[in-house]
Amino acid sequence: MASNYVKRKSISYAKWGYIFILPFFVVFIIFQLIPLASTIYNSFFENYLILGTTQVGPNFVGFDNYKTLFDASSELPKYLGNTFILWIAGFIPQIVFSLLFASWFTDLRLKLKTGAYKVIFYLPNVIMAAAMGMLFFTMFSQNGPINSIYMSITGSESPYLFFDHVGSQRFVIALINFLMWYGNTTIMLMAAINGIDPSLYESAQIDGASPARTFTDITLPLIRPILLYVLVTSLIGGLQMYDVPQIITKNGEAMNRTSMTVIMYLQKHLFSKNYGMAGALSVILFIVAAVLSLLVFFLMQERDTKKKKKKGGRK
Amino acid sequence: MAAPVDSVGAQSSSRVLLARRIICYVVLTLFALISLFPFYVMIVNMTRSTSEIQKGFALLPGSSLVQNFKTVINNNDWKMLNSLKNSFIIAGLSALFSTYFSALTAYAIHVYDFKLKKFAFTFILMIMMVPAQVTSLGFVKLINSWNLTNSFIPLIVPTIAAPATFFFMKQYMESSLPLEIVEAARIDGCGEFRTFNQLITPILKPAIAVQAIFTFVTSWNNYFIPALILDDKNKRTLPIVIGIIRSADYAKFDMGAVYMAIGISIIPVAIVYLVLSKFIIRGIALGSVKG
Repeated sequence: MASNYVKRKSISYAKWGYIFILPFFVVFIIFQLIPLASTIYNSFFENYLILGTTQVGPNFVGFDNYKTLFDASSELPKYLGNTFILWIAGFIPQIVFSLLFASWFTDLRLKLKTGAYKVIFYLPNVIMAAAMGMLFFTMFSQNGPINSIYMSITGSESPYLFFDHVGSQRFVIALINFLMWYGNTTIMLMAAINGIDPSLYESAQIDGASPARTFTDITLPLIRPILLYVLVTSLIGGLQMYDVPQIITKNGEAMNRTSMTVIMYLQKHLFSKNYGMAGALSVILFIVAAVLSLLVFFLMQERDTKKKKKKGGRK
Repeated sequence: MAAPVDSVGAQSSSRVLLARRIICYVVLTLFALISLFPFYVMIVNMTRSTSEIQKGFALLPGSSLVQNFKTVINNNDWKMLNSLKNSFIIAGLSALFSTYFSALTAYAIHVYDFKLKKFAFTFILMIMMVPAQVTSLGFVKLINSWNLTNSFIPLIVPTIAAPATFFFMKQYMESSLPLEIVEAARIDGCGEFRTFNQLITPILKPAIAVQAIFTFVTSWNNYFIPALILDDKNKRTLPIVIGIIRSADYAKFDMGAVYMAIGISIIPVAIVYLVLSKFIIRGIALGSVKG
């Protein structure tokens, strides 16, 4: 009778599995997979508007759009460079301070009260990036509060024009990215450090290891997988950077497009209905994102198998 | 064996610890102030007139709150209240659709055995990090060909397939949904669909709540895709209005109103966050796939 029950279960319930995952996959196919196929298809066609009126194409041109993106006069390398600079300028302070704060928050000897700090540090992450961009644009503008503080401290007569210099414009964008993400990273790293066996820290303390030594010799090596994960996911996020620079630089045109990111470039092509170039650019970005995503996927797999091994060992 | 610590050593180490603790609190408080400063500026300047704002930065609020609010809601280019409503509808329905269907998908993979199960799970994990922007060309063309421009449907329905939400739900189920419950429901003659809706969803409530908030916030803040789909004045969401305020250089002549518009876009989400921050903070570490 028992075997009969098991048999019936495996036969009659499987269909529910398919029924329940159906909406997810149907929606995914319609709104993600078909658009992806159509994007790739469009990348092989010449298809654009001249002066917003005369339609050219669609004509099949093979890899011509890709060649245009990679030839000497292409602006793509510049925008890739901008994206990378804006990302790394935010990411370095983000990882440094997140590591510092995460190790303080989890330090057994310090016993800090962390609740309110975590809530405040994470707050900017839930705020609309476009609104953050606008807020910082007004704050750093000619007669904004930052300049009024700057002038009262230095006694300078004229304000500093943050958005008239390449460096300071990039600084403001990187600052926003930093403020929006360091809280998130701190909490992720805290979770990783909390997963470390506390007896390691206890024995380090008994051996008289300094906090700095404990950090470099115990914490850092043991959270390396999570650090790698944070790095790659942040890189994927950086590749998508759009809202903040788009608002700050008014569609990217400000300061000779020195803060225009690749997604802003894509948006420009989409907006002007240059579908061929938009397609080719999307495919390139897709390949980069896919490679990085696969890396995340394998990192997660590795973490899962490690966890399972640990559990099995304890049992 | 711990070596006995002499009294001088113990005293100096406790003093060092105190010093370290003070340094930590000073640095942490400094960063908390930096994080809060923009919002403080925003709230103060929401209450000041443009001429007051241009005179310089002030720590105390002014008296133009109502005036600024009226300017913003009466601006027919911005249609702030209408956009606020649109953002609420889209973000609210997205949260509902996304959490329900992703929980359903996670449940299917958690509970049932079927041939494609492993494939489905691996597939979702692999597509999890692919950004929406790279398929936006095909997406916009599809929406245009279906005449769904200026409709909310292309912003709500696609959230049904939310890999990150799915992954979070799956992990939550592994830790707190014993299969015995499903077995017991079956013995009682409860249908599979009813079991999920009436028995399982209450158990998943904490996970659903966290993911509903995340989805709501993501949708509320989304700028790229809505800006490609919505161009009717009456259909805009808040980030699109912010973009318009920036493009038209309003910050040059009506700063009070600009701060007010930013405030209206930010404050609803900030309040929800502060009220539910305990659950949200706990959720971030659990579903460490966002980013």
